[in-house]
Amino acid sequence: MSGISDPTFDNTAALPVRPSYLRVFLTFARNSLVRDMTFRANFLIECITSVAWMGMNLGYYLLVFQFTPSIGEDTGWGQYQFLVFLSTTLFVNSLVQAFFMPNCEEFSELIRTGNLDFALLKPIDTQFLISLHKVNWSALANFFFGGALLAVSLTNLSYMPSPIQVVLYPVYVICGVAIFYSLMISLAATSVWLGRNQTLYEFWFYITNFSRYPMEIYRGEIGGPLRWFFTFIIPLLVVVNVPARLLAQPFDAQNWPLAGFAVLAALAALWISRMIFRKAMLGYRSASS
Amino acid sequence: MAIDPGSAAMNGSGRLAGHAAVSTLRTWWIVLRIAIEERLVYRGDFALGTLMRFLPLVTQVFFWTAIFDAVAGATGRTTVAGYTNREMIAYLLLTQVSRAFSSMPGLASGVALQIRNGEIKKYLVQPIDLIGFLLASRVAHKLVYYLVAAGPFALVFFVCRGYFNGWPEPQILVAYVLSLLMSFLLGFFLEATLGMIGFWWLEVSSLLFVYMLFNFFFSGHMFPIDMLPGVFGTVVRVIPLQYLAYFPAAVFLGKVQGAELVWGLLIQFGWVLFFVFLCRLMFHLGVKRYSGFGG
Repeated sequence: MSGISDPTFDNTAALPVRPSYLRVFLTFARNSLVRDMTFRANFLIECITSVAWMGMNLGYYLLVFQFTPSIGEDTGWGQYQFLVFLSTTLFVNSLVQAFFMPNCEEFSELIRTGNLDFALLKPIDTQFLISLHKVNWSALANFFFGGALLAVSLTNLSYMPSPIQVVLYPVYVICGVAIFYSLMISLAATSVWLGRNQTLYEFWFYITNFSRYPMEIYRGEIGGPLRWFFTFIIPLLVVVNVPARLLAQPFDAQNWPLAGFAVLAALAALWISRMIFRKAMLGYRSASS
Repeated sequence: MAIDPGSAAMNGSGRLAGHAAVSTLRTWWIVLRIAIEERLVYRGDFALGTLMRFLPLVTQVFFWTAIFDAVAGATGRTTVAGYTNREMIAYLLLTQVSRAFSSMPGLASGVALQIRNGEIKKYLVQPIDLIGFLLASRVAHKLVYYLVAAGPFALVFFVCRGYFNGWPEPQILVAYVLSLLMSFLLGFFLEATLGMIGFWWLEVSSLLFVYMLFNFFFSGHMFPIDMLPGVFGTVVRVIPLQYLAYFPAAVFLGKVQGAELVWGLLIQFGWVLFFVFLCRLMFHLGVKRYSGFGG
């Protein structure tokens, strides 16, 4: 029988310790905040630049609405409805960028350099550790920008969302974040097989581009299949569309199937990404000795 | 044997000058070849990346079609800022071509980085001109880019040929090619000039971000600058950014014609000269105040 023979090390008692995931996460978040606050000016510049970028985007959409009353005919996406849509995009994207983006990017790098060994050795779920160990606090600047934009747009809408809409909205935003996260971690995990995956960030930008507009714009013989594909196969279109429609447009029983599907899609996406992650871990070969 | 020392010296210096020209050309050729080989290492990744760059355009096509539908439904008009639906999409496709010429990824930040970490010493002690070297390697990078990107570009334009009214007239096509070549030079010297600011400020990334932001929105990359109202429209027409994306595309679509076209090309040429001189001047002044220590 092999094992630790040192009598001072009671190895049976040490085994079933379950780490408190919440406390570990809070420690991660705190450490990241401490690091960010060490370089305060840099942090401030990062906040300003990301808000400036979104400000320019907002300017672009306001410009477009100088020429048109809505996006698509009879879709209900007038200027303020679309601004609700835009704030929803901001919420989802800023949450993904704050909590998952830096980690997933680093994940590819960990696989490439072989430093993943250290993560695998820690007595905690590897996917949890990999996905959350860094928080990019400055990305949350856009979350607050989105909040302000949402407040302004809602006061300019002619109707008030009902309480149930208000309660369900954050739930669907979280579903959207879950779908984006699943896609991102799955893409990052493919580095195990592809070796080099430095265009992940770029690819991410291009693919999530589809989620940034109301799904009604995808019409016609190409648009129809495209919409179907990005709703049911890779559910990018439900990420922003479902919560935004829920809040910006009058409640309609017609929307229930899609809303129900969004929850299922989020759960399925998480499950599939978990499978892909596990498979990737089985295929992982360390880089060197 | 009567040798005229004067003529011998003349001959010698003449040969020397010829030799120097040949060796300069050879240096450039080698720089070009190295950069080409460097670039071809990841060609698969590269071709895929080019094709992916058109993905946002797919969304833009649907987005603008929806906008034109809504405009037609509400007002009965078929144009936005003078563009029909087809023209708008053709315009957005053409700005991709403009950007393929004028965008210089990593140029300004690369120059600033070399100044900061002292790598620039290499160019100061070796008989190589930094700006010339950068230009040669950029030309090489672009040539390889066109070689690899020609496929994806041809595919996308073939698929989207319905948005165009055929090829423009020969003289327009000549003007278009001229404006594209100048947009490459303008992009290069403008970004190189920005990089030279690194001699004065050690950290230029925030400045480059602001430039990138303005470039993205006001070069016409996102939308035709004809859409901008009032004072914005005027300012954007005065600053040189429009020559990086909007102007070549507008030339191709016949939005700029006759005397306006000639003036446009001349002004673009003027901006190129301006930045060539500014870039040289800043390099000259920068090197004067630059100090390098250690190996």
